[in-house]
Amino acid sequence: MQTLKIVVTGPFSSGKTEFIQAISEIDVVSTERKITRESERLKSQTTVAMDFGRITIDEDLILYLFGTPGQKRFNFMWEILSEGMLGFVVMVDSTRPETFREARRILDTFRSYSPVPYIVAANKQDVDDAWPPDDLRIVLRVESGVKVVPCVASDKETVKQVLLELLYSILELIDND
Amino acid sequence: MALKGKLEDFGITQLLNLINLARKTGTLHLQGPDRAAHLCFREGKLVYAAAEGVEDYLPIVLQRAGVFTADHVRMIRENMAGRSDQDIAKVLITSGRLKQQVVLGHIREHVLNLVYQVFSWNRGSFRFEPSELPVQGRITTSIALENVIMEGSRRLKEWELLRDELPDLDIALKFAERRTTSLRDINLSVEEWRVISFINPRNTIRQVAQYNNMDELQIRKIVYSLLQAGLVEMVRPHYRLASSPAAAAKSSGGGTPKPVVAAEMRRPAVKRGIIQKLIQRIREL
Repeated sequence: MQTLKIVVTGPFSSGKTEFIQAISEIDVVSTERKITRESERLKSQTTVAMDFGRITIDEDLILYLFGTPGQKRFNFMWEILSEGMLGFVVMVDSTRPETFREARRILDTFRSYSPVPYIVAANKQDVDDAWPPDDLRIVLRVESGVKVVPCVASDKETVKQVLLELLYSILELIDND
Repeated sequence: MALKGKLEDFGITQLLNLINLARKTGTLHLQGPDRAAHLCFREGKLVYAAAEGVEDYLPIVLQRAGVFTADHVRMIRENMAGRSDQDIAKVLITSGRLKQQVVLGHIREHVLNLVYQVFSWNRGSFRFEPSELPVQGRITTSIALENVIMEGSRRLKEWELLRDELPDLDIALKFAERRTTSLRDINLSVEEWRVISFINPRNTIRQVAQYNNMDELQIRKIVYSLLQAGLVEMVRPHYRLASSPAAAAKSSGGGTPKPVVAAEMRRPAVKRGIIQKLIQRIREL
């Protein structure tokens, strides 16, 4: 049995848990807790360790999706989660520019852990004031070869598209190698 | 007894506040992350500053300020070898070559620049030697510390912002692919041109700073402005493979990163067929 891993990361409340829930074939093993800090009261619960979703490819191959904890005090988990990953998705809440700097910092950190392919998912593109992916590319300083894909984490089809685009990038890298 | 301690525990702002309020006379010796600096005070006022690697010979200070050319400096070195800064200044002023205010203004600027640089030092050690003053022959100034502290704090905030924006100096730069402005149409300072001339995915920002003899604040400011203008983009240096955070922290602390492997993005250790299977499965979901 071979298992593969894709990590879904991003700032607090960017939609990581919802993203994994939308595509996982099992109920996401989520370790969410009620939020106690006033500054983080954007939502009622947050992931304190990690989310864990699964997609069975065939009887010998399983893809796991790991969501990183959104709160800074659990950053020590990031490196552990990133070990052996196939690639990673950086979720960005396109409606909250105050989180863009944090998103860029997370992106840089994950790149330093492992230089695997990654993709930026511009979440909440169904909301009126969402920043378009092209603008996000500029503010996050995403390299030209890296895709910034529109996404609505609650919509399975756009989530599929994000994962497919990441896999296409991996395939491209293998073909060019 | 000399006051001494670590900058991690007692920062530059606190030290200057102390010297100001206590109207101290003496020299503050600082050992920063990569060099030393010495700030001299008389009754709580800043009178002189020197730093390792920054020549403070008057003609060089005036050359850096654009008053003298390299030829002028060479001539003064030849004709006035062994003479102190004060002697050189006297000759320049009495001969009508420079006005006293101009000399003092540039000395003041030189001292302030050095002091503002040390504001960003948040690790290292300090030692205050009471009554120790600059050697005779140096031109001193007298600068009230209140404004220095305020301006230094403002620059420190700017420094922190720049550090946030550019946390890693071991990253390289390349010219933006979708640049909308031609380099010919924009106005760049001499320093910006010097940085521009070294832009290459093989050179890290740290190396560009070293080539140009710039400190971290200077290079960060310039790179930040070039990034904001959309002229350049950050790229992983060609030789560099991402290292562990510990190694990254070590390399950002100084020194040149070791060349490792020529790869910007590493392919995962899986076969093509496996990725195709994943693609197929996700399409079916």
